[in-house]
Amino acid sequence: MPEMRRETLFNAALALLLLALPLGAWLLGESYYVSLGARVAILALAGVGLNLALGFGGMVSFGHAAFFGLGGYAAGVLSHHAFEGSAVLNWPVMLEGSDSTLVLWAAALFLSGVVAAAIGAISLRTSGVYFIMITLAFAQMIFYMAVSLPTYGGEDGLPLYLRSGFAGLDLSDELVFFLVCYGLLLLAILLSFRLVGSRFGAALECARQNETRLGAVGIAPYPVKLTAFVLSAMITGLAGALFVELNGFVSPAMLSWQVSGEIMIFVILGGVGRLYGPIAGAILFIVLETVIGGYTERWQLFLGVILLMVVLFARGGVIGLVAGKARHD
Amino acid sequence: MSAAFIFEQLLNSLQLGVMLFVMAAGLTLVFGVMGLINLAHGSLYMVGAFFCAWVAGVSGSFWIGLLAGLAAAAAAGALVEMLVMRRLYDRDHLDQVLATFSLILIFNEGTRWIFGAQPLYLDIPAALATSVPLPGGGGYPIYRLVIIAFGVVTAFALYLLISRTKLGMQIRAGESDREMIGALGVDISTLYTLVFALGALLAGLAGALVGALQSVEVGMGEPVLILAFVVVVIGGIGSIKGALIGAILVGLVDTLGRAFLHQLFALALPPAEANGYGAALSSMSIYLLMAVVLAWRPKGLFPVNA
Amino acid sequence: MKKNLIGLAVAASMAMPAFAQAENVKIGMITTLSGGGSGLGIDIRDGFALAVKQGGGKLGGQDIEVMIEDDARKPDKAKQIADKFIQRDKVDILTGIVWSNLALAVVPSAVKSGVFYISPNAGPSQLAGKLCDENYFNVAWQNDNLHEAMGEYVSSQGLKNAYILAPNYPAGKDALAGFKRFYKGELAGETFTKLGQKDYAAELAAIREAKPDSIFFFLPGGMGIAFMKQLAQSGIEAPVFGPAFSFDQGILGAVGDAALGVKNTSQWSKDLDNAANKVFVADFQKEYGRLPSLYASQGYDAARLIASALATTGGVKDAAAFRKALKAADFESVRGAFKFGPNHHPIQDIYVREVVKEGDVLTNRIVGVGLKNHSDAYASECVM
Repeated sequence: MPEMRRETLFNAALALLLLALPLGAWLLGESYYVSLGARVAILALAGVGLNLALGFGGMVSFGHAAFFGLGGYAAGVLSHHAFEGSAVLNWPVMLEGSDSTLVLWAAALFLSGVVAAAIGAISLRTSGVYFIMITLAFAQMIFYMAVSLPTYGGEDGLPLYLRSGFAGLDLSDELVFFLVCYGLLLLAILLSFRLVGSRFGAALECARQNETRLGAVGIAPYPVKLTAFVLSAMITGLAGALFVELNGFVSPAMLSWQVSGEIMIFVILGGVGRLYGPIAGAILFIVLETVIGGYTERWQLFLGVILLMVVLFARGGVIGLVAGKARHD
Repeated sequence: MSAAFIFEQLLNSLQLGVMLFVMAAGLTLVFGVMGLINLAHGSLYMVGAFFCAWVAGVSGSFWIGLLAGLAAAAAAGALVEMLVMRRLYDRDHLDQVLATFSLILIFNEGTRWIFGAQPLYLDIPAALATSVPLPGGGGYPIYRLVIIAFGVVTAFALYLLISRTKLGMQIRAGESDREMIGALGVDISTLYTLVFALGALLAGLAGALVGALQSVEVGMGEPVLILAFVVVVIGGIGSIKGALIGAILVGLVDTLGRAFLHQLFALALPPAEANGYGAALSSMSIYLLMAVVLAWRPKGLFPVNA
Repeated sequence: MKKNLIGLAVAASMAMPAFAQAENVKIGMITTLSGGGSGLGIDIRDGFALAVKQGGGKLGGQDIEVMIEDDARKPDKAKQIADKFIQRDKVDILTGIVWSNLALAVVPSAVKSGVFYISPNAGPSQLAGKLCDENYFNVAWQNDNLHEAMGEYVSSQGLKNAYILAPNYPAGKDALAGFKRFYKGELAGETFTKLGQKDYAAELAAIREAKPDSIFFFLPGGMGIAFMKQLAQSGIEAPVFGPAFSFDQGILGAVGDAALGVKNTSQWSKDLDNAANKVFVADFQKEYGRLPSLYASQGYDAARLIASALATTGGVKDAAAFRKALKAADFESVRGAFKFGPNHHPIQDIYVREVVKEGDVLTNRIVGVGLKNHSDAYASECVM
C-alpha cells in the first residue's frame, strides 16, 4: 500500500536524519550539535514512552513528567551518592550509590515502573478527562514533594559531576553518549513496534476503541491498560535518567506539569499513535525553539502560533501530513 | 488557638472556595456543554485582570476597570472560539490540549508585548478597604466579603440562567446530547460562541476581582488553571452545583491545611521540621483530595452524565 | 526595545556563528527575558548594555561581542544555551543568570571548562562555599546577605518579637536562616508558605493571633505584591521589614501605597551619593525612560567589573592575569568602593532603605546601614 510505504520511508528518513546530523557535526568538530542531538533523542524517547500509553493505548496521561522526573531522580540520587561516597539507604537494606550506567538505568526503570503501577492502579478506574486530571494530580503531588523536601536540594536540585560508564564505554564522551541515547531510542521504537503488533497490542488497541467489546471477547481491559501504562512510564523514566546525565543535574523542574505538556506536544506534533511520531515531534519542537529563540525574546509567541497552525491544519501531526492516515492491517 | 481564629480561617476557606468557584464555573460550562478542554482558561483570567488594571489606572475607578475587564475577557473568548475552537469540536481531546496550550504561549507573550514585563498596579476600591470587626477581635476585610457576595450572586445567577431560561435549557440539552439539539434546529454555532464567551467572562471576572487582592502579572493564570481543573473534576464535569461544592471543599482543605497542618506535625516534631513537613503536605493537600475523590467516585461528586 | 549596539552585536553573531574573531572578547549572557520574572532579567540586561554603550560598544577599551539568550527560567534550557555558548561560540565569559537553581545547573560545569562566570544576581550558598571556583565571581551579593542585614537592623531597633515568613524552597529557607543568624530576639512565629501562593488570608490571621512587634518576609515577585496588599488591608499594625527583592522599583509600582514606610535592605539605592551612581541613574533614565532597580545596578557593575579587568590585561587569553585583574576589582562601582572577599563574593555595606514617595513615584531612600563591610557565612567553607 502506497501510504504504508510512504510512512516507512519517512520513518527511515527521520531516523537517518537524527543520526546523520550529529555525526556530521562531530566530524566537523562541532560538539555542541552532538549534545543537541542527544537532547532530541532523549526527548523523543520520552515521547515514545508516552505514545505507548497515549497513542496506542488511548490513555491521555497528563502526568508523565512524574515518571520522567522519577527516573531522573533515581539515576541522579545514585550518581550523587557515588560521588559523595555515601550510602543512599542504610536500613532496611544497604543501598549504595553507583556510577555504573546499567545500575542507574535499572534504578530508573524500577522506580518509575513501581510508582506507575500504583498510580495506574488508581487512575485507570477513571476514564476520559477524569483520567487526564488524576494523572496530573499525582504528578503535582510528586512535584511538590520534591520541591519541599530538602534532602536532595529541593527546588535547587542536585548537581551531578559524574557521567556514568559501562562495558568499557565512557558516557562523558559526547559522541558515545549520543550514540547510546540514539540506540535506546531505536530499541524503544522496536519494542513499541513488537508490542503493537502482538496479541497484547491488539488487545490494547481494542481497549482503546471499545472496552466493553474487549470484555465481551473475554479479555479484561484493566490489566492490559495497566501493563501498557507501566511500560510506557518505564520508557519515559529511562529517558529521564539519560536527561539527567546530559544536563549534569536533576531538579524538580523535570516533574512540572509544563514538562508533561511538552512531552505530549512532541507526541501530538509528530503524530499520535505513529511509531516514529515522537522523533518527528521532538526534532520539530527543538529546532523551532532553538532557532526562534536565537532571534527574538518573543519566541514563545511565534512558537505558539506555529504549534497552533500545526494543530489546526495538519491533522495527524507531521507524519500524518507526510504519510496520510495510519493504516491498520 | 482561639475560636475567633478558627472562625476567621473558616471564613477564609469560604472566600477562597467562592473565588475558585467563579474561576471554575466558566470552565465546567465549556467542558460540559462543548466537551472542550480549554487550557487557555487561565489566560482569559489574565486578560480580565490586565484590562481591569489598565482601565482602572487610566480612569481612576476600579468599577469601570472591572467592566472593561469583563468586556475584554468576553471579547477575547468569543474571538478564540470563532478562530480556533470552532475547528476543534469534532477533534479529540489531544488536539484541543495542544491548541489551547499554544494559546497559553500566545496570550502570555502577547500580554507581555502589550503591557510590558513588570506587574501592573491594581488595588481594591478605597471604599472597600476597611474591615468588619470579627467576634473575638481583629477585622475581616470588607473586600473579601464582597468577593464572597459576588461569588454567591454568580452562583445564583448561573443557576437561574441554566434552569430557568431558554438559553439555559439549550445548554442543558447540549450537555446531554449535542447532535440532537442541532437536529432540533438550535443554532449550535451561536450557542457555542455564547457559552464560550460566558465562560471567558466568568474567568475575567475572577481575574479582575482576585487581581486587585493579589497581583496582576504575566503567567498569573497557570496556577489558577490547575486549581480550576481540580475543582471541576472534583465536582463533576458540567455541574455548576458540583463546581460550587468542589470549590468550597478545595478552599477548606487548602486553607485549613495551611493554617493547621504544621501544628499537627508540631505535636511530634521540632518546630522547624514541623513547619517544613506541614508546608510540604499542605501544598499537596488539594491533589490528595482530588485523588481520594476520584478513587471513590471516578466521575466526580455530581457528574452530569452519571 | 531600543536598538543598541548589543542588538547589532547579536545580529552580527547570528550571521557568523563559528568564526573566531581574533581580538574580540566573547561574552555570553543567559538571562530570563520572557515569561514571569522577566523583569529582573530585562533590568540586568539593560544595565549591562548601558555600560557597554557608555564604553562606545567596548568594555575596557577592548572589542567585545555580546550574545544574549533567554532561558525562560528553565534550568535545562539555561544549560543548553550555556553548552551552545561554550562549545559552539567559544565564549570567554558567561553572565546573566537571575535564579539560583539555574545558576547551580550551569555554573559548576561552565567554570570547570575554563570559562569565567560573573554573576549579576544569583548567589547561592553552595557557590560561595563548598562549590566555589577560581573562575566564579559574584558582583551582587551572597543570597543570605540582605536577610542577614535586616536581622541585624531589626534587632538594633529594639524589636524582640518578630514573625517571619518565606516560601518553602531553598532560597526561602536560606532567607529565614540568614535573618535568624543576626536577629537576637524571639520569634512570634515562623511560617513557610507554598511557592507561588498568592492568598495569605490564613497566614495573616495567624500573624494577627501571634501579635508580633515586627514582621519580616521574603516573598519575591507576585507573591510579595499579593502579601503586601493583603497585609495593608488586614489592619495589622506591626512594622514591616524585608529584603529589596520585594520592594524594588519594578514591584513598588504594582504594590502602590501599601508599601509606604516599609524598610528593606539592599546593597544599592539610587540615592547613594557617589559619582558613578549619579551618572548611572541619570543615564539609565535617559536611555530607558525608567528608574533603575537594584538588578539593573548589578548588571551595570558586572559589565564595569569586566571592563576594569580587560583594561588591565587587554584580553582573556592569559587566564591567570585576567583572574587576578577580576579579583582586584579596580572599578568605580555604583555602590562606591568595591572589593571581593576570598571566595569572590563582595565585602560591602548593606543599607536599610525606606519606601517613600517622591512626587508621584514610589521609590526607596536610605535611612541607615544594616551591616558594614559584610562578607558572608560560607566564605570559610570555600577552598580555592
